Amino acid sequence: MSELKQELKEKIIEQLNLEDVAIEEIKDTDPLFGEGLGLDSIDALELIVMLDKDYGIKLADPKQGKSIFESIETMAGYIKEHRSR
Amino acid sequence: MPVYINSIGSVSAQKTFDNSLFLEEIVRYNDTVLEIIAPNYKDYIPPAAARRMAKGIKMSTVSAKTAMIEAGMEEDEIDAIIVGTGLGCIGDSEKFVSDILDNDEQFLTPTRFIQSSHNTVAGQIALGMGCKGHNFTYVHSAISFESAVMDAKMQLENEEAKNILVGGVDELVDHHVNTHRLIGHIKQEPVETMSVLTSGTKGAVFSEGAHFFTLSNEKRSSCYSELLAVETFNTLAEDQVAAKTKSFLSENGMGPDAIDVIILGYNGDVEFDGYYDTLATALFKDTAQVYYKHLSGEFDTASGFGFWLGNKLLKQQRIPDAVRLNSVPANSAQNALIYNQYRGENHSLTLLRKC
Repeated sequence: MSELKQELKEKIIEQLNLEDVAIEEIKDTDPLFGEGLGLDSIDALELIVMLDKDYGIKLADPKQGKSIFESIETMAGYIKEHRSR
Repeated sequence: MPVYINSIGSVSAQKTFDNSLFLEEIVRYNDTVLEIIAPNYKDYIPPAAARRMAKGIKMSTVSAKTAMIEAGMEEDEIDAIIVGTGLGCIGDSEKFVSDILDNDEQFLTPTRFIQSSHNTVAGQIALGMGCKGHNFTYVHSAISFESAVMDAKMQLENEEAKNILVGGVDELVDHHVNTHRLIGHIKQEPVETMSVLTSGTKGAVFSEGAHFFTLSNEKRSSCYSELLAVETFNTLAEDQVAAKTKSFLSENGMGPDAIDVIILGYNGDVEFDGYYDTLATALFKDTAQVYYKHLSGEFDTASGFGFWLGNKLLKQQRIPDAVRLNSVPANSAQNALIYNQYRGENHSLTLLRKC
């Protein structure tokens, strides 16, 4: 699980061009949207595509994203349970 | 109504992003492709906004902000934003198409798509400024920039707007460079900056850049010049250039002798520099001649650098040695004529008068 969390942090920094953010600055429970990393709705779409492409998870209802993308912790938990690749 | 160029902004292969400088220090290259000298983008763009911006958008934002600040213009004073670009944010367009091919048309992300359209630059500048006015992008090869200037001029003359932000931008990316190298539009061998004109080889040294200007029908204290006329021609034979230039000047009540400085878009391509020779060796042989693409490189909106140069030298009344083509002095220069073309097509004539 910790490997997956590390991998997610790397992917998020790379794919969302968070040039000024270091991996160690992202805490597992930090909120990704709003006050935490400050991601926005376009980033949410990027994350949905990432789940599909890298882990084979298709979100049937985009509203699910709100709870899944709450933090690295919740993302990793969801991926661990639902991944097909 | 007259049209004044009240301020300028430039990001190019030279150190032009600082308006207090005027080619005092020339950056010399020995290459076939020149990248811009980038300012520190963090000084101009919040990191959260910059992370999703393509290079063309960042260059344009800096250039546009520089022009706005110099004119002392508030964001809500801008009635329109008009941009010319040959290829838009081609970098993201290429990545988006690559994603389509690599992922079998699946997993396409929004950011690259958003930036794949040519009008992204004008749109992003407007979003940043909260400008809901006329927002337009002209895409027409080497006359993209002049088309934008022409639109702004007509709107200002017809009092449809008071202040317009006008710019030209193009960025360099690998695939674009590789393609143009393959078809011989880029020089095969590196050329030293001050030898571009005498290289005697085919093709040009490619580059990128963003040039923005505030155009208004009221003169501000920062004013550089009055924009008297712009005309474009899709095709012209070499032997038609002089006649077209004469009639362009005549329509503006001038003859060739009224021009104090002529700014020519020589790019060192032996196949097409002859177009400029027709003016330099005859009609304007006794006029101060200036060239600039050895410094800026060639790109669809490189004439924006020529426009920047024309404004700068009219205001400062000084021609830097690095752009001089002949030794004819331009004492008290009042009128400057800019002529540009690319590979014998998309010609433009722009006439400026000192403010």
